[in-house]
Amino acid sequence: MAQFVADNLAVRFGEGVQRVSDDFGDLTVWVDRSIVHDVLAHCKRDPELRFDFCMDVTAVDYLGLGGNPRFAVVYHLYSLSTGKRVRIKSGVPESDPVVASATDVWKSTDWFEREVYDMFGIRFEGHPNMKRILCHQDFVGHALRKDYPADLRWKNPRPDDLVDEISPQEMERMQARVRKGLSD
Amino acid sequence: MVFKDAALSPQEMPVTTPVPRQHGRPHPTGTAPYAEPALPKTIAARRGVTIERFLIEDIALTEDPLSENMVVLNIGPNHPSMHGAFRIKCWLDGETIVKAIPEIGYLHRCFEKMSELHPWQEVVPYTDRLNYMSPFLNNVGYCMAVEKLLGIEIPKRAQRIRVILGELSRVMDHLVCVGTNLVDLGALTNFWYAFRGREEIYSILEHVSGARMMVAYGRVGGLMRDVHPGFEDEVRAVLKSIPGYIDDVDRLITNNRIFIDRTRGIQPLSATEAIDWGWTGPCLRACGVPYDIRKAHPYYDYDQFDWQVPVGTTGDVYDRYLVRMEEMRQSLRIVEQALDDLPDGPVNVDDWSISPPPKDAVYNTIEGMVAHFKLVFEGVQVPPGEVYSYTEAGNGELGFYLVSDGGGQPYRIHCRAPCFAIYQNIGPTLEGHMISDIVAIMGSLNIIAGELDR
Amino acid sequence: MSPRKTAAQIADQRRVIEPPPTQVGEARGVFSTQLEKMVAWARSGSLWPLPFGTACCAIEFMSVVSSHYDLARFGAEVVRFSPRQSDMLIVAGTVVDKQAPILKLIYEQMCEPKWVISMGVCASSGGFYRAYHVMQGIDEVVPVDVYVPGCPPTPEGLIYAILKLQEKIERGEPSRYQEILLEHRAAEPERHVLAET
Repeated sequence: MAQFVADNLAVRFGEGVQRVSDDFGDLTVWVDRSIVHDVLAHCKRDPELRFDFCMDVTAVDYLGLGGNPRFAVVYHLYSLSTGKRVRIKSGVPESDPVVASATDVWKSTDWFEREVYDMFGIRFEGHPNMKRILCHQDFVGHALRKDYPADLRWKNPRPDDLVDEISPQEMERMQARVRKGLSD
Repeated sequence: MVFKDAALSPQEMPVTTPVPRQHGRPHPTGTAPYAEPALPKTIAARRGVTIERFLIEDIALTEDPLSENMVVLNIGPNHPSMHGAFRIKCWLDGETIVKAIPEIGYLHRCFEKMSELHPWQEVVPYTDRLNYMSPFLNNVGYCMAVEKLLGIEIPKRAQRIRVILGELSRVMDHLVCVGTNLVDLGALTNFWYAFRGREEIYSILEHVSGARMMVAYGRVGGLMRDVHPGFEDEVRAVLKSIPGYIDDVDRLITNNRIFIDRTRGIQPLSATEAIDWGWTGPCLRACGVPYDIRKAHPYYDYDQFDWQVPVGTTGDVYDRYLVRMEEMRQSLRIVEQALDDLPDGPVNVDDWSISPPPKDAVYNTIEGMVAHFKLVFEGVQVPPGEVYSYTEAGNGELGFYLVSDGGGQPYRIHCRAPCFAIYQNIGPTLEGHMISDIVAIMGSLNIIAGELDR
Repeated sequence: MSPRKTAAQIADQRRVIEPPPTQVGEARGVFSTQLEKMVAWARSGSLWPLPFGTACCAIEFMSVVSSHYDLARFGAEVVRFSPRQSDMLIVAGTVVDKQAPILKLIYEQMCEPKWVISMGVCASSGGFYRAYHVMQGIDEVVPVDVYVPGCPPTPEGLIYAILKLQEKIERGEPSRYQEILLEHRAAEPERHVLAET
């Protein structure tokens, strides 16, 4: 369908592109975990590809299918100008579930990556706020993993006070703004 | 169940360990549903330690030792405005917001995990409850995804009915969005106008499927059943009455000085910013980007109907209101054209391994009986693979990413909710606005917590 | 803790235990019983709901207060979003574990007498979400007077529930909250000594 995308990536990244498939009309490109960030940045900035939308970031746990590596992080990209879509997948092993974050490429990956961390335990290096987003903060475990039982609940004694999302530098900046009276 | 005695002072409140609720079946790992830490028994001994009893003075909902000259306001998950359960904690300098941190997850109902435990057809009621303002659009989105994975095409009649009821659901969604947005700004009358229209669409949906809201009318392979004989007349009656309600709201609000002052220039967003944040739907179109999936990647003959995509300019709250009002009118245009051209025929694909055979075949032929048996016991068997299917839901691109392992239950379903991307930038964009702008902004973004948290 | 009692057991217990402290007056003569009846009638006819709406049931609640079904005719028109000003908590929608402490906090901020209607199957028992983040019924944290089944319950169902609650109040029955309070006091009297007045 969008063969030029696969060709472009193969030319640029060579060995890093592990597999390309085109089932059900969706182009899927498996890339190596170490170059995921470069691939995504290239997809956005290349004048031929121009993937300006990162529609979705999610993950799949292949434990039930005997997958190796266990997880795969999935990025769905869309280009408004060319109208093409691509799915970038990258295998993530269970022993080292870390991937480079794409928040500096598209701002929309922010909460999607937090959700992947919450549900699967895959950390995104370079994310400004790697914290649980959907489950409560006293939740233990990662719910969408295949070995997590569906009805195991955890007690939630108190709501999160959210103060830990403000770094000291950010607080300094806020205080400075108030002192200067910029909000008037 | 143990309930704490609230007539005593907090200091002498007895803190007891609650008995876990007795479920119908034992827990799979053999332990209690709650993982209880070992804690001392009285409150005095527990000072400084996380306790199960929720005491007001211990909770930092509104206090923060570092913010000396700022007021911390917690617009909590339960708030008077008419939107779902999400929380914004604001640090204020007077009325102006210096920092806003949103928190979501207050309606995380584990849709993706639940869908892994049910057959493909039984996931449809769970999809109803994603965007509960327009449930049928979610049904359509999910069923389209599974049909893409199966590689089937549903009959024309089913497609037209999905278009008609889908567009009526979109009108329902926008009516509530506009109505509740205006209630939060103080204009209560329009809420009644909007809900009159919504009640009329509810009547049609109840007649068609049996339920007012959670219709679960879509099925993999078509629809639950054909529409009733008076369907066309009812829809034509609604097509006559709803423009009247929209006009009522329009006359009151569109040129209203107060409304314009409260919504013009509030949270404007440029097109490139909106695209970078992943915005889709009416909010993106208000920013000036004419991206509508029904026009860009048409499905179900949307490109053969004569309708237009309303596009705004600045992306502020006023533009979003105008875009939604016009989208309702365009949706009604589509419904009228689809209704004029409703072909006869079956509403389910003619494959007995996907849609149940008719009852006389089940009772009179061996093939029908076997097909029915297999469908009931094993469900629809979807070939292995993965697919991402997207439709234009009420709020934008609703995507379903399905992974199938070849069995009767999904291996993984991920729902790409449009609200999730839209709500992300509320933190940065609220800085500099005032508290009263928060309600205007949240209403105009149409954040549905069911979709946001799934 | 004792399991949920049958109606007969509750009736027996009520005969033994003193009337709840929020009843008006101490003497049990004609004047005070008539006064109690009037107070019960006034309370049932002017229930101010606090809609703790989280999900789809909140939309059905909006339909109930709209003009087609009109909750105002039953006295419950004044929807107050502040717990300090309302006496009936309608929990409409799924309450998840993250929301549980907030529900408890809101409930505790309400003044007595207070009643709770659990609207919808999600609030009553978790609905069809037997999941890792969903409370299997709000009666894990608050005492519930009326449970309304339905997903979502039709507006007629919710109106029926409010009528049933009104009948319960007019009969002079204590709310579930007061029943549990009395159970606590009966079970462990030495802990529940009220201050000398």
